[in-house]
Amino acid sequence: MTALSPARTRAARRPRAVEVGAVVVIAFLALSALLPGLVAPGDPLAIAPVDAFQAPSPSHLFGTDESGRDIFTRVVHGTGASLLIGIAATAIGLGLALVFGLLAGFGPRWLDFGTTRLLEVLFAFPGLLFALLFIVVYGPGVVTSTIAVGLSTAPGYARIIRSRVIQVRTSPYIEAAVVLGRGRTLRIVRHVLPNVAGALFVLATLGVGQSIVWASSLSYLGLGAVPPAAEWGAMLSAGRTYISSFWWMTFFPGLFIVLSAAATTLLGRALQQRGRES
Amino acid sequence: MAGSLTVDLVAAAPTAPTRGRLARWALLRLGGIVFVLWAVATVTFFALRLIPGDPAEAVLGGPGSQASAEALAQARADYGLDRPLIEQYGLYLARLATGDLGSSYALREPVASVISTNLGPTLLLAVLSLVVALAIALGLAVWSTRGGRIAVGIGSVLEIVAAAVPHFWLGISLILLFSTLLGWLPPVSVPGPLGLVLPVLTLAIPLAGFLGQVMREALLDALDSPFVLSARARGEGDSGVFWRHALRHAAIPAIGLTGWAFGSLISGAVVVETIFARQGLGRSLLSAVQSRDVPLVLGVVLVVALGYILVTTLTDLADRLVDPRLAKAHL
Repeated sequence: MTALSPARTRAARRPRAVEVGAVVVIAFLALSALLPGLVAPGDPLAIAPVDAFQAPSPSHLFGTDESGRDIFTRVVHGTGASLLIGIAATAIGLGLALVFGLLAGFGPRWLDFGTTRLLEVLFAFPGLLFALLFIVVYGPGVVTSTIAVGLSTAPGYARIIRSRVIQVRTSPYIEAAVVLGRGRTLRIVRHVLPNVAGALFVLATLGVGQSIVWASSLSYLGLGAVPPAAEWGAMLSAGRTYISSFWWMTFFPGLFIVLSAAATTLLGRALQQRGRES
Repeated sequence: MAGSLTVDLVAAAPTAPTRGRLARWALLRLGGIVFVLWAVATVTFFALRLIPGDPAEAVLGGPGSQASAEALAQARADYGLDRPLIEQYGLYLARLATGDLGSSYALREPVASVISTNLGPTLLLAVLSLVVALAIALGLAVWSTRGGRIAVGIGSVLEIVAAAVPHFWLGISLILLFSTLLGWLPPVSVPGPLGLVLPVLTLAIPLAGFLGQVMREALLDALDSPFVLSARARGEGDSGVFWRHALRHAAIPAIGLTGWAFGSLISGAVVVETIFARQGLGRSLLSAVQSRDVPLVLGVVLVVALGYILVTTLTDLADRLVDPRLAKAHL
């Protein structure tokens, strides 16, 4: 059992081939998002009732939906909107979290106390609960579900950013900056933000995939994006009615959600490890 | 920081534990629980007042129902909606204190009884899923750390993919495989253990992915640490080092994630109960959200928040048992 020796466990932490695979998947998704016509030349909204409910075949790779629209084309053309929802939700969550984290980590003591209590209250709406509450108030739809996902993820990010800020604030180089007479604002901008930015970038990479999963779950429940838009969540909720007989309508958009979430997570984890090692 | 619901390793200063401090910690903790519950109740109450439209119309089935003026007035009087907001809030808090959650608009029965009939099935589903998820995660973590480089790679990819799978998609895929194709298991939740297999797997697999990542990381860290080296120097064998020393360290981050896991299980239950047409709290919450049944949403949110607070409190206690360093640091 040499597997327990320190040298081997450390070397064992990097599955490189997988990271390359993740980058390839992300590149494909980026291409589909920016130039969907190049990947799938067809029209995602073109109806052909004769071809309705066709199983996957060489002419329709992922099959067709109830109006005979090609699902591969729709999935590819939906990439942009779906990624945008994920990115927007993550941006909302991280933006709020950064404000909270900086206030708590760098503000006066009472502010840290207040923010920590507020976060505790928000944590008591675990998972999708806050998102559901938000949707009850503002009604279902793609915009509300995106904001809802962003808001529900904010407390988790805020806690991580806060502890990172405190860690940076108590580090020797900040003490040195204080001794050198640098002002508070300068210290935050020049020293704390750049050091928090790395963690923020990793969180963002990890967060996008998770946000896509959450937003699509809301769409699946009929609370997010609505058909006939070519967006993964909307396609899922349209396919819901036909699950038992025409599985490909939900299977393939879902597969793309899994691929994008797994690829971004792999990339985020790889970045995290690189940051830890350097 | 003693009253904090979150284990905050950063701000904690090490002090010597005494009996008085323990009592103070428990008291502050209890105060924290009451505060969070009150805040959750208040936030939810006022948030649900932001819903546009007349709440009395919602009682009578929404704006499309064209209720008569008398019916609306009657509904307002029935639910206390004709009183000033602050009085409604006071009444609501007073009722909450006695455990009265009001009555559902859509189901026309007390929220407390709706919750009590639906809580059991969801708890059963969640607890079973947590146990299965822990077993899968631990198995994967142990197998991959003991199996060398390639096993670690395979394990970590499996975990990341499992964590990336949305519940609804996993549920559908499992139904396709085990019900439609193989015909082994029922596609909808039937009474008895057979009907639980697919819902539990659907909830457990993504959770196992998250837990496994964290547990393997902790396991590898522990195996690298000085105390493992010293245990080896004392002449302990591989399995002794593994089961007695390293595994304990893998449990710590997993316990720390339990509160988060609770949230994930409850959110997952909303989806899983919908897919498998299973009775439970998640499905009641979804239908309450869809029909804007304010009292029922409020009741379920409060119960979930209470559950979350209980879980995190128990988690902190468990943390102290597994990791004696914390007990010293936090009291």
